[in-house]
Amino acid sequence: MSDTPVLQYSFLAPILIVLGGAVIGVLLEAFAAAKRRAVLQLTLTLGTLFIAFLSLLRIRNLTSAKAAMGSVMIDGPTILMQGTILLIAFFAVMIIGDVDNFTAQASAVPGSDEEKSALQAGRQQTEIFPLTLFAVAGMLLFPAANDLVTLFVALEVLSLPLYLMAGLSRHRRLFSQEAALKYFLLGAYASAFFLFGAAFLYGFSYSVTLSGIHAAVIGGTANNIFLLIGLTFISLGLLFKVGAVPFHAWTPDVYQGAPTPITGFMAAATKVAAFGAMLRIYYVTFAEANWNWRPILTVIAIATMLVGSIVAITQRDIKRMLAYSSIAHAGFLFTGVIALNKAGLAATLFYLLAYGFATIGAFGVITLVRDSSGEITDLNRWAGLGRRSPKIAALFSFFLFAFAGIPLTSGFIGKFAIFTAAYESGNIGVVVVGVLSSAIAAFFYIRVIVMMYFADDNGDSLTVVIPSPLTSIAIWVSGGVTLVLGVYPTPVLNAINTLATFIR
Amino acid sequence: MNPYIPILVIGAFGFGFGVFSIVAAALTGPKRYNRAKAAAYECGIEPSPQAQGGGRFPVKYFLTAMLFIIFDIEIVFLYPWAVSFDQLGLFGLVEMVLFIGTVFVAYAYVWRRGGLEWD
Repeated sequence: MSDTPVLQYSFLAPILIVLGGAVIGVLLEAFAAAKRRAVLQLTLTLGTLFIAFLSLLRIRNLTSAKAAMGSVMIDGPTILMQGTILLIAFFAVMIIGDVDNFTAQASAVPGSDEEKSALQAGRQQTEIFPLTLFAVAGMLLFPAANDLVTLFVALEVLSLPLYLMAGLSRHRRLFSQEAALKYFLLGAYASAFFLFGAAFLYGFSYSVTLSGIHAAVIGGTANNIFLLIGLTFISLGLLFKVGAVPFHAWTPDVYQGAPTPITGFMAAATKVAAFGAMLRIYYVTFAEANWNWRPILTVIAIATMLVGSIVAITQRDIKRMLAYSSIAHAGFLFTGVIALNKAGLAATLFYLLAYGFATIGAFGVITLVRDSSGEITDLNRWAGLGRRSPKIAALFSFFLFAFAGIPLTSGFIGKFAIFTAAYESGNIGVVVVGVLSSAIAAFFYIRVIVMMYFADDNGDSLTVVIPSPLTSIAIWVSGGVTLVLGVYPTPVLNAINTLATFIR
Repeated sequence: MNPYIPILVIGAFGFGFGVFSIVAAALTGPKRYNRAKAAAYECGIEPSPQAQGGGRFPVKYFLTAMLFIIFDIEIVFLYPWAVSFDQLGLFGLVEMVLFIGTVFVAYAYVWRRGGLEWD
């Protein structure tokens, strides 16, 4: 007679609550009256995320607990990353709540009569909310996963809804669907590589748990070729998710085609989850094999920073520009990963929080700049925005300053912490490249600001719509967090420093 | 008793069932011969010469197939559960009810959204 499995529901509560909310959301979508559906879904989604955050606070003191038979590790970094993801998702959902950004009927052919009649009748489908919750549940599980099977399941649970969400834009339907298809095909390909790597790691260690693989790594008697192949392929799957060069090609297309609120959510939350899982894998499992992966990741970090910053200069579309900027930021985050010390871990966690909020805010602002045919993402048409709506332009400039890492913003503290950690680990080359590409990146951020304030108004029909209350809360709170983390980051940095220790 | 005897008995039952089915069908069934009977995948209905719209299949086939495959996945989990039911006990039962419940949520959604209507 075998022992009954023990799941420790209270440790898994944040994930389970989000999944439960998603299932209720699916039922709402099926049975609620069409008129009240959007409001109900929004309330349910925000409520679910809030309760999940409360239940996370209840377990915040756990720094070394395993749940679900060792498949899920609840330690300091898990708590921090889950908290970051839930906060980011909460404010992202506020912006998603403006359902005008989403197609009324995703299954209708773009431009067909069916689509038009659905729009006129106001038959708005709101699957976006349960899909978001499913994606969030996957993201919560991803950095906590303690074996390769759970890691893969979490990867798929977070990816599959995102593929769909990328294709739901109301305006420029074909473009959005193209983005979804590209993301899906490339993502499925990357998942296959990940699985292949997992199989090789099992062949290497005869174990799927991260601690089992770690034991085989320090044991040093197992087949090293299998370790190398497995490590390479698993890294490839993760590098794709964060959009590291040379696996970044999907990023600009998908970020541009996806509905802007989703782009913000994707850029912020997916990065936290993917870097969370990556940190756990490299710090917990392969720390002793760092001679095998650190040189390659160093090259990737340098390439990612440089390509992201340099190519962004040539972009004429604000969403594409921010996509390349997110690639550059992935590079900065890598310098924290390859530092392979506690400071690097803490700095990466802080950077993810800071970058996440600035991203949500920046994409939230982009949803507001529109003309009659939808959002305007062409940079030339943003000229003179600073005079027409000074408040929104000032807020957007502030987010751009944060991306650029100007002092008094969260971006400065993040970059400072992460480069300090990299310097302490002796990786001076990476720090030099990082500072250089920050300088390059500052150029194109500031060019947008110059354009908004100093370029001639080109008499365009561009307007800044009055944001819905929730959207304004979300963008102003993001701005506030970006400011507070830049001016008085000590409490957050201290909290992260106390919690940032991986447990094997 | 020799432990292989039950296997032999099962084999005999299987063989007998096969023989019985073929013989009984041949003796009692109606005999109507048409082209469909000779097709590789015989289901008794003559296939139409070509699908409408130049040989492209409507996407509805795909949807139906996908909805059906979910049951296959369900069986993959139900079978090992049934085999070790007595060891898993109440825990296994509760988890399985939760699992089947969530699968039914998906079908409720499909039904309300009109995914089960052909036209």
